[in-house]
Order: sequence, then C-alpha cells, then structure tokens
Amino acid sequence: MSIILEAQGVSKAFGRLVAVDTLDYTIEANSINSIIGPNGAGKTTFFNVVTGYYKPTTGKVVFNQRNISGSRPNQLTRIGIARTFQTIRLFNNLTARENVLIGMHHRLKSGVFGDIFRPPAVRREEAKAHEEAGQLLDYVGLKGYEEHAAKSLPYGHQRRLEIARALATQPQLLLLDEPTAGMNPNETQDMILFIRKLRDERNLSILLIEHDMKVVMTISDKVTVLDYGKKISEGQPDEVQKDERVIEAYLGRRALEMLKK
Amino acid sequence: MRDILAHPRSMFSGQLRWVLIAIFVVLAPLAMKELELLTNFGLITQVNRALIFVALAQGLNIVVGLAGLLDLGYAAFFAIGAYTFGLLTWPTHDIEMSFFLAIWICALVAAVFGIIIGAPTLRLRGDYLAIVTLAFGEIIPALVRNLGDFTLTFRGRVLIEDYNLTNGSQGLTPLGRPDFSFLENLFGLDEGALNVGVNPTFWYFAIVITSMIVLFSAIRLNNSRLGRAWKAIREDETAADFMGVDPIRTKLAAFAIGASFSGLAGAVYASMLGAIFPELFKFQVSIFLLIIVVLSGRGSIWGVLIGGIIIATFDGVFLAQVLPDIFNGEVLPEYDVQSLRWVFFGIGLIVIMIFRPQGLFPPKSIETKIVPPTVESAEGVQNS
Ligand SMILES: Nc1ncnc2c1ncn2[C@@H]1O[C@H](COP(=O)(O)OP(=O)(O)O)[C@@H](O)[C@H]1O
Ligand SMILES: [Mg+2]
Repeated sequence: MSIILEAQGVSKAFGRLVAVDTLDYTIEANSINSIIGPNGAGKTTFFNVVTGYYKPTTGKVVFNQRNISGSRPNQLTRIGIARTFQTIRLFNNLTARENVLIGMHHRLKSGVFGDIFRPPAVRREEAKAHEEAGQLLDYVGLKGYEEHAAKSLPYGHQRRLEIARALATQPQLLLLDEPTAGMNPNETQDMILFIRKLRDERNLSILLIEHDMKVVMTISDKVTVLDYGKKISEGQPDEVQKDERVIEAYLGRRALEMLKK
Repeated sequence: MRDILAHPRSMFSGQLRWVLIAIFVVLAPLAMKELELLTNFGLITQVNRALIFVALAQGLNIVVGLAGLLDLGYAAFFAIGAYTFGLLTWPTHDIEMSFFLAIWICALVAAVFGIIIGAPTLRLRGDYLAIVTLAFGEIIPALVRNLGDFTLTFRGRVLIEDYNLTNGSQGLTPLGRPDFSFLENLFGLDEGALNVGVNPTFWYFAIVITSMIVLFSAIRLNNSRLGRAWKAIREDETAADFMGVDPIRTKLAAFAIGASFSGLAGAVYASMLGAIFPELFKFQVSIFLLIIVVLSGRGSIWGVLIGGIIIATFDGVFLAQVLPDIFNGEVLPEYDVQSLRWVFFGIGLIVIMIFRPQGLFPPKSIETKIVPPTVESAEGVQNS
C-alpha cells in the first residue's frame, strides 16, 4: 500500500514546552488512523503541524512525496489536506450552503471582474458550485438546511456541516479532531458509520483524534498513543489495547500495579 | 415596522420596484428644487454630497462590513482619488485630461494605493490594523499639504527643485469638468450650451450614475466567490485559511476594491467642487463614513445605501442648516450649533449599539435565517 503522509522526527515546542516530541508517523492511503492520548498529549498540536498552522520546530512532513513543512494552511488545502476542528469553527453568520462553497473557493476560477460582470462562464461555474454544495449537504445528512445560518444549526448538525465543508475542498487526507465530542451514543454510532463510509466511498485517508475508545477500537486500521508529545504505542486496535504503557499513561502506574495483582 | 426596517427590499417586489425607484430618482431633483424655494435651505447640493458619501461608504462597507477589517483612515483613499483627479486636470500641470478618462485612472490609482498600504499592514489583526490605518489617514493630508513645494535630492544631486505638485494648503483650483462640446457640435448647439459648471441638477445625475456603478459592483461582489471569501475571513480568518482561502490576498482585494470605489467618488467629488484642499479629507471624514456603515448595518449594501442617504442628508441639511437657523435666530445667537454635530452622532451610535447592535438595516442572512437551536446544542460544547 502507498504512503500518503509521512512525518519524520517532527517536534513542535512552545517555549520550553515540547508539545510534540520527535514524532515519526505514517499514514497509508485509504485507511483510518486514530491518535489517542490524555488531554494535553499534543494531538491537536500535531494536527496543526500537519495542516500547516505551525511550522515544525524540527523534522519534516512529507505529503505525496512532497515536503510540506512551512507551507501555509490554504496551500495545503489546495493539494489535498482538509480538517475539522476540536471546537467547532464554522462561518457562523453564513448559510450552510455558503460554508460549503467556501470549501470550494480554491477550485473556482472567477476573478474580480468575473464576479462583477458575471459572464456566462462564471454563471455556469456558480450554478454548478451551488448544486454541488447542495449535494454535499445532502451527503452529510443536512438536506433542507441549505439556507440556514450555520450558527442556528443544532450542535450535531454543525459537526456534520464542518465535515461537508472539509469535503468540499476535495481532500485526499481528512483530519478529524474529536468528531464525536459532545455527542450522545446514537449520534456517535452514526458518526462511526459515516467515517467508514467516507473512507470507502470517497477514497479518503482519515486521521482521527478521538477520546471515545469504542469509536477508536471499532473503526481504526491503526491506533497511535501519544503521551507528553511522544509516541508510546502504535499498532492495530487490539494490540494497543493490551499495551501496558498505554494503560499506565491513562490510569497511572498505581492502577497498573493494582491490575497486575 | 421592524420588518420593513429589516428588509427594505420587501416593500415592493420585482420590476415594479425598479420602475418606482427610477421614477423617484428622476423626479427627485424637481421636488427638491421646489422644497429649496419653499424653505430656503440648500437641498440638491446636500443630496449630491450625501450620494458621494454613499459611494464612499459602499467602499468602506466592503472593507469593514464584508471583510471585517477596521479601517480608521479610509478618507485617505478619498483624498488620493480627489488629488489624482486634481493632478490630472489642474491647468497648471498642463495635462488637463478628460473627466471621463481621469475618473477611471483615479479609481485605479486609489486601488494601487490600497494594495501598497495593505501589503505591509494586513498581516496585523484587529486593533493594530485600526491604528496603522488611522496613521495612514493622517499622513496623506499632511503629505498633500507639504507637496506644494518640494525638493528631491538623491546622493547630493538635486533631482527635483521647488516643485509645486499639490499647491499645499491653498489646494487645487480650478479642476476639470465633464466636457460635452462634442455633443454641442453634433447637435449644432451654441458653444457652451452644455457647459455643466456647478449646475446641481447635472451633478445630481452624474453622481447618481457614479453611485449606481458602485452599488452594482458591490451587489455583484457581495454574492460572488470573492464576496464569500471576504465574509469567511470576517467570520473566522483562521478557519478560512484552513479551507483554502488565502487571507492576505483576500484582504488585499478588499482594500483595493474598497479604495477604488473611494477613488472614483473622490474624483467626481473633486470635479463637482472644482476645488480641493487637504482639509476636505480630515480624520472626521473617515469617522463619519464609519458611522454611516455601523449605523446602517455592517455588511448590508442596501442598508448602507439607504442609511447613507438619510444620515448624510440629515447631517448636511438638518444639522448644518435647519438647526442653526432655529437656534441662532433668537435663542442662542452666538452659539455654534454645528459643534453639536458629533454629539448627535455619538448619541446615535450609543443608542444603536444598545438597542440594535447589528445596525438599522442589517444584512438579511443574519436576521432571518435562524431556527431555534435545539437542546442538544447547549450541551457538550468543548473548548480547547
Ligand atoms: N499555542 C500554544 N501555545 C502554548 N502552548 C500550547 C499551545 N497549544 C498547545 N499548547 C500546549 O501544548 C500541549 C499539547 O496541547 P494539545 O495539542 O492541544 O493537546 P491535546 O489536543 O492532545 O489535548 C498542552 O500542554 C498545551 O497547553
Ligand atoms: Mg486537542
């Protein structure tokens, strides 16, 4: 299988705090990869490095054979990396459809004069984009909400809208930062199925940060555990589940000793 | 009432609306003339000024309302447009370019300045940008004042000596006016028959056309790829960046296009007045335009149109003429009622901010498309 993303010895320090510590990480095409770890382990920071928000302090990130460390987020979106956020970050006062259209921005061609004079080519492009946005909203289960302001949507719908917006950029790699946070068990179950569907139908590689162990263990092809910015375990879900270091990181040394007795 | 305020467009629909607007626009000068005779207050001139301010405010609305960038020195682009027109048509400079060509060059020059100012400053966010633009707004009039007599030396060699570019604080006058002599020839009229001079009715129509060009561009842009990108930047710059919108380029475009509206309006204004001075482009002008945008409703193009006409006419007719006439007659013969102008706007701003912070005529999407959030949305919203 081909490798789509490779992080080589990536670190990101904030002053003296090393949030991500010489991390090696690879993602294979068309797979679901989870990163787990206690709060503050550096998961979101790693996302921010991969998506170009931070430049790695050391090491480099390679995406499709191309060194992308130091590229800006919008440049990486253009070459196929998209994300959602741990705290929802929609364009609140724009409609659901407009939110999705922003995801298409880099694929549309109209310039200032095209926008003002609207020649037939621009009209066609806009009509097509609006239609495609509608289809994407339908795909994530938001049919009928096209013209609603993003901020007026229920929480679970906002999460879905974030995914629709990310899909609109036509990514090869989709990063989801705690997509089930704040969801009830039913919604969580839907999200699991949906993420699978994304991989299978859209030929996506997915990088997932997730706290819900049930989610992680059900859908991941690979699970990686971070603690204090370091990778402490990696492998298939059942392997990682049994790893002593993981139990220790989560429950503390004492718990581990008690478990052993 | 609230509904009509929120959706001035919903009062009439379709073609009827446009026909009514057209009739109103064409008949307005006649009505205003009658009113002027009745009341002795200058009206058409003030409405002309108000419409210039509407065109300016539309440009500022792109920067502040759509892209969400606080620009406190926007009058600088007004000055650049007016002075570019001055340089191109002031007889002393011997260029005397045609009005119809010069105004577009002015728009272009202002846009270029928008980019020059924006490029180093648009990396700044919020308050920092406001301060830098404020400084820029102060620098341009000062520069104009000082370029009345300047000497440029380079490594000891004098390149330009005592050159009068802007005529300093005395200002530039006379300036170019639209020349219709080709029409006079065409229709065999007397020479000077179509000399527009300061005829307020002519300028009314010239400015209406200018405002319509600006309005048309703003409406189209608002609903376009670029307009969406501006709004995305306004809502969440970082998220927009992650979604493939280049923040710097997008903000530069807002600055450039906002400035070009201002440049065009500045050129027409300069031609109408026939004389320009640095004092016309003071800080207060930037603030006044900002007040129009905020009171009318940030991001609302129709709102800024209607609000701009109301506020600027109120300012020019009521505050500047009617009020002094009432008070200075008997009540307060010595008192400068004009000095209360900013008190009025200050109070207006405070009242609006308390009772209707989105402005009098906010954009439609913010007000109407809201469904009540369900219970689940209240729970579990995580903060990182
Ligand atoms: N911008 C920042 N400046 C300083 N410290 C930060 C910043 N972002 C994250 N951190 C710190 O880096 C560590 C890792 O944070 P984060 O990546 O958000 O953790 P996780 O997502 O695994 O919960 C935490 O100690 C956090 O406080
Ligand atoms: Mg996190």
